[in-house]
Amino acid sequence: MKENYVIEAEGLTKKFGDFTATNHITFKVHEGEIFGFLGANGAGKTTAMRMLCGLSRPSEGRATVAGYDVYRQAEEVKKHIGYMSQKFSLYDDLTVAENLRLFGGIYGMKRKLINEKTDRLLAELGFTSKKNAMVKSLPLGWKQKLAFSLAIFHDPKIVFLDEPTGGVDPVTRRQFWELIYQASDRGITVFVTTHYMDEAEYCDRVSIMVDGCIKALDSPRNLKKQFGVDSMYDVFLTLARTAQRSSD
Amino acid sequence: MKVFASFVRKEFKHIERDTRTLVILFAMPIILIVLFGFAITTEVKDIRYTVLDMSHDQYTQRLAERFAANRYFIYKGEVSNRQQAMAKFNHGDVDMVIVFGGNFAQELGHCTGGSIQLLLDGSEPNQAATRAGYAQQVIADFAQELQQSSATGQQCNIVPVTHLLYNPQAISAYNFVPGIIGLILMLVCCMMTAIAIVREKESGSMEVLLASPLKAMTIILAKLVPYFVISFADLVIILLLSRYMLGMPFAGNLPAFIGISLIYIIVCLSLGLMISCLCSSQLAAMLISLIMVIPCIYFSGMAFPIESMPTTFQHVSTVMPARWYVSVVRKLMVQGVAVKYVIEETLILAFSAAVLLSIALASFKKRL
Repeated sequence: MKENYVIEAEGLTKKFGDFTATNHITFKVHEGEIFGFLGANGAGKTTAMRMLCGLSRPSEGRATVAGYDVYRQAEEVKKHIGYMSQKFSLYDDLTVAENLRLFGGIYGMKRKLINEKTDRLLAELGFTSKKNAMVKSLPLGWKQKLAFSLAIFHDPKIVFLDEPTGGVDPVTRRQFWELIYQASDRGITVFVTTHYMDEAEYCDRVSIMVDGCIKALDSPRNLKKQFGVDSMYDVFLTLARTAQRSSD
Repeated sequence: MKVFASFVRKEFKHIERDTRTLVILFAMPIILIVLFGFAITTEVKDIRYTVLDMSHDQYTQRLAERFAANRYFIYKGEVSNRQQAMAKFNHGDVDMVIVFGGNFAQELGHCTGGSIQLLLDGSEPNQAATRAGYAQQVIADFAQELQQSSATGQQCNIVPVTHLLYNPQAISAYNFVPGIIGLILMLVCCMMTAIAIVREKESGSMEVLLASPLKAMTIILAKLVPYFVISFADLVIILLLSRYMLGMPFAGNLPAFIGISLIYIIVCLSLGLMISCLCSSQLAAMLISLIMVIPCIYFSGMAFPIESMPTTFQHVSTVMPARWYVSVVRKLMVQGVAVKYVIEETLILAFSAAVLLSIALASFKKRL
């Protein structure tokens, strides 16, 4: 059964001086699962995610991602993951095709494969006419869809999404989640942080972080049952009220 | 290697599409050269002068004629006393007053030297010094001629002779071109590099790149390549302009000059890297780079001669890499001296390059 887990974290901790951003978190993520990683601002979500992506070294504890240790085999981890950050979607001054070619190139994909996949991807998204358009001329929703497609362009085992749908309307968010489901159907594990509780409902399982610790972890349905409430919003509120840290 | 190439291509595209920056990068050296070459000149011309002759003998007459014949001087009439001279000065009618002492001819005869006083406007000390220099040159020539024509061959010093080395015409282009080279390379390598790296940090793309299998070193090197190319192109532009537009010959060893320029470029790139580690916004990067760029203007002698600075500042200038580089450029380009005379500067630059580059790379790794 153990092979089924693509992310395993055990007592993962990150300290910045006296401040413990992430405090001994332990969890496992199944292969092909959509795992929601929830928490208020400053709860330690981004820090935890950065450690899992090999961007930041854990102070204590260990974690494996796609079977590689995030501390000792960060380079291997990076080859098998995709990452989409909340701030950056794509290079504004490059065209859609150039962005895809660049990231394909970074992951060592062959030129021919990049071209094939670019055409297929743009056809699927209905973006073919925008192939040579500058990214800055596209609406935010499109950029985010493209950024997600870019993050899974090299067929990673796991994709990490850091608040991917910030600032877009509910319709576009819904469309974005269609893409996430498609990726999940292809066997890509999705690890997503979000603020939107409706999005939490779309996840297979969610964890909720408060003050650097994971306070709850289960499927949305079980969590609602456990806390005796009707929505993930209420689950989140119940837990978030216990927070000591101010959310900046 | 292919990964590196695709990343370098991206960097070139960023620059290529940022038309405004691109224009600045290539237009700046041209504009600076044209500005300093033609418009802003520190060269002194058209010195308006008046004569106060208290001797009225044949020698003062002849010397006055010399001044009148010189194309740098413009005769503004004679005055008969000091009050008149001062009045002309105060009205800004003249830049210089030549005062001949009462017994000029006799003094000259005794070879104690005829007494001449040059009155100059000290509110512009650099210009005044240059004007005095010109006047002394005219007087010295005259004295020498007198000496040769006199039968006895006696020595006749009138005033201490100052001779301008290397740049006898005091052409200001010779003075500012080295400074401009130092400045442009600093701007392009240091400031543009810092901004380019910080831009990726600011937009968050750096994080995405670091979450990819790309090595931090690859990202940095790929970022440096375009600016290296551009700064070299700028260097060539400046050299060609100064040769063919300003008619300034390249006097010294060109390969050595290019080699030392490369060392200086590495110094600037390392500084840019260090700044990019310190800053998280493009604005901050720009401001901190200016701290590196301004000494370039100050300590290169481009605007202010180092020699006339307070000693403290002269000491401060020794830690500015730009100062040493500009000194090399001046020696190799203008004076045309042998390479062995620039060894000290070269060693200092090479040492700074090694130290700065290792600090920059170490701090860059640590930050990420």
